[in-house]
Amino acid sequence: MNRSLLIYACKRVVYAVPTILGLLVLVFVISRVIPADPAALVAGEMATPQQVEALRKQYRFDEPLPVQLVLYLKRLAKGDMGKSLYSGRKVFDDLVDRFPATLELTLVSMVLSILIGVPLGILAALKRNSVLDHLLRGVTVAGLAIASFWLGIMLQLFFSMWLGITPLGGRIGMSVDPPASITGMYILDALLTLNGRALWSAAVHMILPSLTLAFASFATITRFTRSGVLDVVQQDFITYERAMGLPPRLVIYKYLLRNAIIATVTQIGLLFGLLLAGTVVIETVFDWPGLGLYAFNAIVLSDYQAILGVTLLAGIAYVTVNLLVDIALSLIDPRKAET
Amino acid sequence: MKGFRLAWKKFTRDRLAFTGFVIIFVLLLAALFAPVLAPYPEDTFQIHPADRLQPPSAEHLLGTDSMGRDILSRLLFGTRVTLVIAVIAVGVSLLIGVPLGLVAGYFENLFSEGIMRVADIFLSIPQVILAIFLAQSFRPSIRSVILALSITYWPWFTRIVYAETRALKKRAFLEATEAVGAGSLRTIVLHVLPNVSSSIIVRSSIGMGFTILTAATLGFLGVGAQPPTPEWGVTIAESRQFLPDAWWYATFPGLAIFIVVMGFNMLGDGLRDILDPRIRRGFD
Repeated sequence: MNRSLLIYACKRVVYAVPTILGLLVLVFVISRVIPADPAALVAGEMATPQQVEALRKQYRFDEPLPVQLVLYLKRLAKGDMGKSLYSGRKVFDDLVDRFPATLELTLVSMVLSILIGVPLGILAALKRNSVLDHLLRGVTVAGLAIASFWLGIMLQLFFSMWLGITPLGGRIGMSVDPPASITGMYILDALLTLNGRALWSAAVHMILPSLTLAFASFATITRFTRSGVLDVVQQDFITYERAMGLPPRLVIYKYLLRNAIIATVTQIGLLFGLLLAGTVVIETVFDWPGLGLYAFNAIVLSDYQAILGVTLLAGIAYVTVNLLVDIALSLIDPRKAET
Repeated sequence: MKGFRLAWKKFTRDRLAFTGFVIIFVLLLAALFAPVLAPYPEDTFQIHPADRLQPPSAEHLLGTDSMGRDILSRLLFGTRVTLVIAVIAVGVSLLIGVPLGLVAGYFENLFSEGIMRVADIFLSIPQVILAIFLAQSFRPSIRSVILALSITYWPWFTRIVYAETRALKKRAFLEATEAVGAGSLRTIVLHVLPNVSSSIIVRSSIGMGFTILTAATLGFLGVGAQPPTPEWGVTIAESRQFLPDAWWYATFPGLAIFIVVMGFNMLGDGLRDILDPRIRRGFD
């Protein structure tokens, strides 16, 4: 890694700091300024006036806003996101516990959409205006128009309820013990501990949620890969290499794929945002015990601190992934670091 | 208006864009004439427990729901809810996002930088999640959904208008306008805005589809429109406990969302090809 890349990476990290700070302030403003009475929101709908008052004192909601902001940032720095009404535990602990389930679902969906989307995108670009290209265009346009919660329910209806070949929801069968926890991700843990029964059950439970979640991102990645490859195909150096008599196959492997990879990596950041937002819906539909379902339960029970915590975590995760993507891009394509 | 006629001709020849246009036209008609078109207009709110969960038949083309209400009638009235939410949310986003983008793109100072940083912060949280949080802070209702979607969608317009304006600034004709002595306001409104308008139109169409999807998602999750509003996402949420028997209950509202969003996306895709000849004919 040369110096300019290192400088670029440092710059990107430094640039991310104000964004994350801004995000914290934004969440603070929404949670304290918009509600008529933040203490009542935090206390929940069942709280008595006395409980609301106690909370107001505890969180010092009666202080001026700038003071509250400082207190809030201080508490966050200690990992204190308040208590969840729903679980009665600290929101931070809840988030940590549920993180692996969501991470596993997101990773599987991302791998699925890349493994299917990239080759199809390349194929569509190389065989432009063919039947396959038009077919893919239809599928990808549909992929962005379908409501993922509805797609999930339809898949459940067909495969789980009518055909009975996939489980309706959950992460693992009722009668199957989860694998010994190493990473918290069932499929990975089952592989590491060579637990065949748990592996099978976890994998079967993963099929419908991951496919549903992957559908929209698959559409996006196919579109971007296709246009990324088309951009390259039309460039002069490809025409030149073709004219020089290089076999088309070599040109494709050597030059097109490299650029297709750049297009794909660029998309991973955006994709991650799509998937993260998707998990709220997908986990609700498939009863997947991750952060998304946690957010949904928090909504149903008006568990305000919990909703706040999930929003913050999602924002921070999204900024971090995009930061890593930018740095990875500069490694693949050093020209990016120069601009 | 030779240019307009040419564009219309191109438009009708573009099968995708035209299909999208027809879908949206039908949607508008459905929303406008819902009370006339709906076989049981009173079913929006009135319940008939005796007729609950009837499968599709001649009397109830798309079946009835758990309260015995006609699903087709409720879907038709749902078009109104959907359109009101999407039109206002996209409209407000336009009103906030476009001027900010123009200003940030045209002037190169600290204020511009500030606008773009704020836009970036809004974009740093996935839209659905930020919208859920906002809607919950406002207390769930249709009004909250509209507010939440407006607050989360404007940065998309700002970002696009900003990028296009910055690109325009390098062009000679803008330099010439400034050299002749035109003020900033005049230059922005008369020379920059018309040149970025096609991007704004395309983004608005795609934004309508996007907003409708998000609004339905909020309804489904319970932070959006509340029952008994005939909102499509709410209806799908209600239907879940009656599956697999009442398959029609969940299926048709989802199809309605799909068709409408598809319509706006196709129109947006097609408009981009027509309005911006620089862009290669393709599907992005």
